Amino acid sequence: MARRAKLILQAAAVLVVALLVALLGWRVTEQAEGRGLDDALERGERPRAPELTLDTLDGEGEIRLADYRGKAVVLNFWASWCEPCKDEAPLLEETWQRYREDGLVVLGIDAQDFRVDARKFVERYGLTYPIAYDGNGASLGRFGNTGFPETWFVGRDGRLVGEHIVGPFDEEQLEENVQAALDTPVR
Amino acid sequence: MRGALVLAIALFALAAAGCGGESDEPPTLASLEKKFICPTCKTTLELSNAPVADRMRAFIRERIAAGDSEGEIEAALVDQFGEGVLAAPPKEGFNLLAWVLPLAGAALAVGLLAVGLRRWSRTRPGGRAPESASVNGRPPLDPELERRVDEELARFDA
Repeated sequence: MARRAKLILQAAAVLVVALLVALLGWRVTEQAEGRGLDDALERGERPRAPELTLDTLDGEGEIRLADYRGKAVVLNFWASWCEPCKDEAPLLEETWQRYREDGLVVLGIDAQDFRVDARKFVERYGLTYPIAYDGNGASLGRFGNTGFPETWFVGRDGRLVGEHIVGPFDEEQLEENVQAALDTPVR
Repeated sequence: MRGALVLAIALFALAAAGCGGESDEPPTLASLEKKFICPTCKTTLELSNAPVADRMRAFIRERIAAGDSEGEIEAALVDQFGEGVLAAPPKEGFNLLAWVLPLAGAALAVGLLAVGLRRWSRTRPGGRAPESASVNGRPPLDPELERRVDEELARFDA
């Protein structure tokens, strides 16, 4: 009986340790996934964009990145307290208006921000492109983002294309990457 | 054994009682700054000068001025930034494990230590060891051999 109890205790201890190791592995893999995207783009590869499902900023529904398959996407991570984001916003709106008929979507991801501040920001800059809200910033790690603003470009086939722009972009840089995204094949 | 068990349970109960709710005192910015994490720099607000931390401090000030309790301010910040904004995990649901497991582990360790010490101190399972038993845990000398050793020692002293 005592031997059986000892065996059960040993098995439980091994199970707990295995679970902790698995948890650590999962966490490390998740963080490495984002960092790997940058490396792949630099090697000239086109990795698949991580899946994103977030609430809309107005809280009425969800936005899934996968739903934009077939369109080119400018994925811009921003926050209302981020100064360079204020300079980028009008340029993003202009780009969205200019290329939306060609199949371009600008998707803003407002992260680590107060909803109310983000709504005021949207109103102030007259943004009409879709905006998702990621209060706890869970999506940032999936892309390996380290700050604000950061911008990725997703091709029509759901794969990343062009540059990962860390920090503010200029007009020429945006135009070049938008064209690269629009030029990708659907499949 | 029973004493150790009671001690372990008492320790567990005492610590669990420490996981009580918030105080009745009105919250202050200084006290709340220690309880929330800046989402960008992952330190408590009191140590952060990031823009979002400034905004969170302003929000806390507004809520305190509006008469919100600590719980209400906490709920509002969790609603915006998720549970990751809390410096300590909430004492409910799955997160309760983070509070209970260390206490349960400590109680278990005390119990196991007590059992181990008791077994270690026992020389034989049947009961108390005879007084003539050696202190090093080995069986006593054969009486005849002991007598001869005493004789030899006496002769040596003489």
